[in-house]
Amino acid sequence: MGADELRTYYDRPVLKAPTWRFWIPSYFFLGGTAAGSSLLAAGADAIGDARLRRAARVTALAALGGGAVALVADLGRPERFHHMLRVFRPSSPMNMGSWVLAAYGPAVGVAALADVSGRAPLLGKVATWSAAALAPAVATYTGVLVADTAIPAWHGARTVLPGLFAAGAAASSGGVVAAIVPDAAPARRVALGGVAAELALSSALVKSLPDDVGAAYLEGRAGRLRRAATGLSLAGAGTCAAGASMRAGRAGRLLTRFGGVAIALGAAVERFAVVEAGRASANDPRATIGPQRRTAAAKGIDGPDEGLAAQ
Amino acid sequence: MAESGTERRVGFFTDTTLCIGCKACEVACKEWNDVPADGFDFLGMSYDNTGELSADSWRHVAFIEQVVPDASASEPGLRWLMSSDVCKHCTHAACLDVCPTGAIFRTEFDTVVVQADVCNGCGYCVSACPFGVIGQREGDGRAWKCTMCYDRLHGGLEPACAKACPTASIQFGPLDELRIRARDRVEELHERGVSSARLYLDGDNDGIGGAGAFFLLLDEPEVYGLPPDPVVPTRDLASAWRAAAASGVALVAGVALAFARDRR
Repeated sequence: MGADELRTYYDRPVLKAPTWRFWIPSYFFLGGTAAGSSLLAAGADAIGDARLRRAARVTALAALGGGAVALVADLGRPERFHHMLRVFRPSSPMNMGSWVLAAYGPAVGVAALADVSGRAPLLGKVATWSAAALAPAVATYTGVLVADTAIPAWHGARTVLPGLFAAGAAASSGGVVAAIVPDAAPARRVALGGVAAELALSSALVKSLPDDVGAAYLEGRAGRLRRAATGLSLAGAGTCAAGASMRAGRAGRLLTRFGGVAIALGAAVERFAVVEAGRASANDPRATIGPQRRTAAAKGIDGPDEGLAAQ
Repeated sequence: MAESGTERRVGFFTDTTLCIGCKACEVACKEWNDVPADGFDFLGMSYDNTGELSADSWRHVAFIEQVVPDASASEPGLRWLMSSDVCKHCTHAACLDVCPTGAIFRTEFDTVVVQADVCNGCGYCVSACPFGVIGQREGDGRAWKCTMCYDRLHGGLEPACAKACPTASIQFGPLDELRIRARDRVEELHERGVSSARLYLDGDNDGIGGAGAFFLLLDEPEVYGLPPDPVVPTRDLASAWRAAAASGVALVAGVALAFARDRR
């Protein structure tokens, strides 16, 4: 049966739209940036690049600090933020994420403070590598978090969203750190690799969904944000690559910085696009009913009603 | 399911063929549970000005007007479907699964209840519920929904909505008994020629493992604003975590590769 034959209750949504305000996609971006930066800090530590290491450590702390503020600010009862650690609940990605952040946050803080203060370099090293060990979880759990909802555009994309968020983490951390240290080739490579993965996964995500669900990513506000994200990422990658090819000149560094910032912005806008798509998906009764009608038909649950006349 | 079930599992059987759309359930619920006003709106949808279940509406009477062919008359007739919707108190409850604070718990009656003194208003349950039941209360910040009158159950009383229902459209009792009663009722309706009568969420094999509140409907669930094949999102959580693990490995490998050329 076609989409226009679907029946609804006065076109009203079946689901509730997310209550999350702009704080949450902001956190998705900031948390990802922190996670990617922690990996960059460990890499810089491994090759002994002190400038890159400091930039990455400080970026991680700044991003995570902003992210923590955003997380608390979005709560309906911010003063109860610590209730997140009242229980240990594997069925809640938000609870798992809170525990990961509770371990990751102090590691990021110690790593950055040890670097800036110049004290306790060994402690800073341990903290840097501990943060890096937790970083993949920090970068990806948010994708699991949104996927573990009833919202079709999110739940249907559950195998792609964690990868998209990981790619965004690489792009934004590489972008920000390259903007601070434009000479650091590894940061630029992470940024460019992140953009490539982000673009590939963003289009794979839409392709993985049936048309009536995937439309949420292509139309309206979410569609505009997604196109803006792609534009920013591509422009940023081009600028960054051009800057890097200009051989250590002042102009080249400036281009790299601009490119890095644009790449980070692109990753940020992509997160807003994903959240907006979820909102649109929840508000569209057809995105909820259409796919469920198909699964119901496959299971042989009651089909389209032919029995109206039998009253 | 009864993981904490020291009592028999209780529930609601809402027989929509008996509903007269009086909204006594909505009012009784508000009165008993001190639920604030949900806005003074005229929605322009038949007699429904509540619109949906929300933090401030724990019962919602849907009104559907249908033009149906009538074999005995020359002109088509009008039929009304009315149905009082409520939290389903799912066996596998998404709101409870995703709640990061433990504010949402399963009671000894196998119902699902939010503890207002624990909820920090994260909003995760709101996006997780496959029925769009639970909501965040404006100005309060916390999530609220039907408790199946947990306090009244402790006192051996039936929930306020069932008590107030003048036609026994809302029936409260032990779930296993209600299910038997509901099947008998469908059989009776079919014998009387009401072939469109069907039960919704009456078994344990659906995507939510069965519901504590189930319904006798006269049309497809979506006509009443109900999802036709709801699934608890946590059913698929493992596949999302597997994707996260693979992505995490790829992220580390990618960053390592970016540094490989500069390794001393």
